[in-house]
Amino acid sequence: MNRRRWPLLAVLAFGYAFLYVPVLLLIIYSFNESRLVTVWSGFSTKWYGELLHNRQLLDAAWLSVRIATVSATVAVILGTLAANALVRHGRFRGRTGFELLLTAPLVMPDVIIGLSMLLLFVAMQQLIGWPHGRGFTTIAIAHITFSMAYVAVVVRARLAQMDRSLEEAAMDLGARPLTVYLSITLPLIAPALLSGWLLAFTLSLDDLVIASFVSGPGSTTLPMVIYASVRMGVSPQINALATIVVALVTLAVMVAGMTMRERRR
Amino acid sequence: MKAPHPRRRLSPLLNIGAPYLWLCLFFLLPFLIVLRISIAEPALAQPPYTALWEWIDDGVLSIQLNFQNFMLVVEDELYLAAFLNSLWVALVCTVLCLLLGYPMAYAIATARERWRVLLLLLIVLPFWTSFLIRVYAWMGILKQNGLLNHFLIWLGVIDQPLTILHTQLAVYIGVVYSYLPFMILPLYANLTRLDFSLLEAAADLGCRPWRAFLKITLPLSLPGIVAGSMLVFIPVVGEFVIPDLLGGPRSLMVGKMLWTEFFSNKDWPLASALAIVLLALLVVPFVLMQRLEATEAQRLDDAADGRGQ
Repeated sequence: MNRRRWPLLAVLAFGYAFLYVPVLLLIIYSFNESRLVTVWSGFSTKWYGELLHNRQLLDAAWLSVRIATVSATVAVILGTLAANALVRHGRFRGRTGFELLLTAPLVMPDVIIGLSMLLLFVAMQQLIGWPHGRGFTTIAIAHITFSMAYVAVVVRARLAQMDRSLEEAAMDLGARPLTVYLSITLPLIAPALLSGWLLAFTLSLDDLVIASFVSGPGSTTLPMVIYASVRMGVSPQINALATIVVALVTLAVMVAGMTMRERRR
Repeated sequence: MKAPHPRRRLSPLLNIGAPYLWLCLFFLLPFLIVLRISIAEPALAQPPYTALWEWIDDGVLSIQLNFQNFMLVVEDELYLAAFLNSLWVALVCTVLCLLLGYPMAYAIATARERWRVLLLLLIVLPFWTSFLIRVYAWMGILKQNGLLNHFLIWLGVIDQPLTILHTQLAVYIGVVYSYLPFMILPLYANLTRLDFSLLEAAADLGCRPWRAFLKITLPLSLPGIVAGSMLVFIPVVGEFVIPDLLGGPRSLMVGKMLWTEFFSNKDWPLASALAIVLLALLVVPFVLMQRLEATEAQRLDDAADGRGQ
């Protein structure tokens, strides 16, 4: 390591501190006895206990997890098909429009997606009577629409880098294209499918703005509950919840890391 | 390419058709509806806007166009200020993300191979925990008796606590914090593909490191810079959560105004008009990004195709 690298490393350290200080604070204050976020008054796990008895929060979390599971699964299917189209079908007619539609959700401000989706659902209900009311289905459709674009980015990169000689070998041996795709291509791009699914799952679980527009009475997602409590002055239960999420995610990442290392051996 | 087998016709239909249909129905069509409602009038009805056309008496079609909402958005100083401020905040934050993100991406890209994965993972890890909760954590850090003020007083930099929360500065901090990974990832992807032997050649020929950076690294990483900047700039212009929670009641940003018009004032047509103007503002940066993205991706796909033959 040469001498010129230290300013670079200083910026890197500052950047990581910037990213992690808020997360660390959340974890520390989730064990705080006091209700006040800034005053430390002793170690306590009471907020975790209260969290487990907060029905409203738990119901919202369960709804969010179900929506995220459904939307991530559909988004992975549609996003993978889109990636296939872009990598395997060359310059088909309408490709520019296709790419445009697939890139736009990545950057489109949430308020625009949310508003336009809601207006679509309202118009559809007037015209064909479906979707009847708003809730689980409408939120899931909205989440699928923007997260399939993220899945497509992840899967496309993997497909483009993939070694195709195995597919060709199978093809030469007379395997049908569908068989080749299912038994060779899919296993090869499986890591990308998994990270695409996880990405779509988190995006859905985290979305406040779009869900607020397209949800209806009785379908309050977790971010909506958190947002309401942030506005009213937060209860440290939210810190406890965040800590649990951080712990789960860290655990998942560590397990994934270790399995990958095992497999590489 | 092999001649298309008759049975393979099904696969383009599915691969292209299914996502295309979905996006047209749930992404493109909604914008047309927003456009249509932006020229309607608000009404006390369910849904709260007037019909664009209706049949009156003897089969005469009456079409009502109402550009009032756009006039209001363009002429009212409040909306104009909100649009200008949104663009300004997005610009400042993009530059700040670039200034912090570029050295970070460079350091990660030039780190030893076994460190890279871990360092990159640490960039995206906070992203997996709730965005709202992280923004809320910043409220605790930035407020009058929060961590930052305590820290600065302890350092002796200031005597009196500063008011940071509910100011524009808090919005900058929150946005840079939330969007930094979107800057770092494309830059990292670009910088790892950089041919570092070019820099060695420059050094051998007596070029100073800084000059080599400006002449070689920077121009070569331009696609990464543009991609990262657009991934930050475009969504930030319409950001709602951060100005709402950190910026307080006086920070004017379009995303927040659109939200207020829709949820508090129930003025759907005006909210739609704001969305259309916002969309129009974002078309130019978006097309720029799209062009770049398409060339980059095409190169990637072509490389894949070339290998496949």
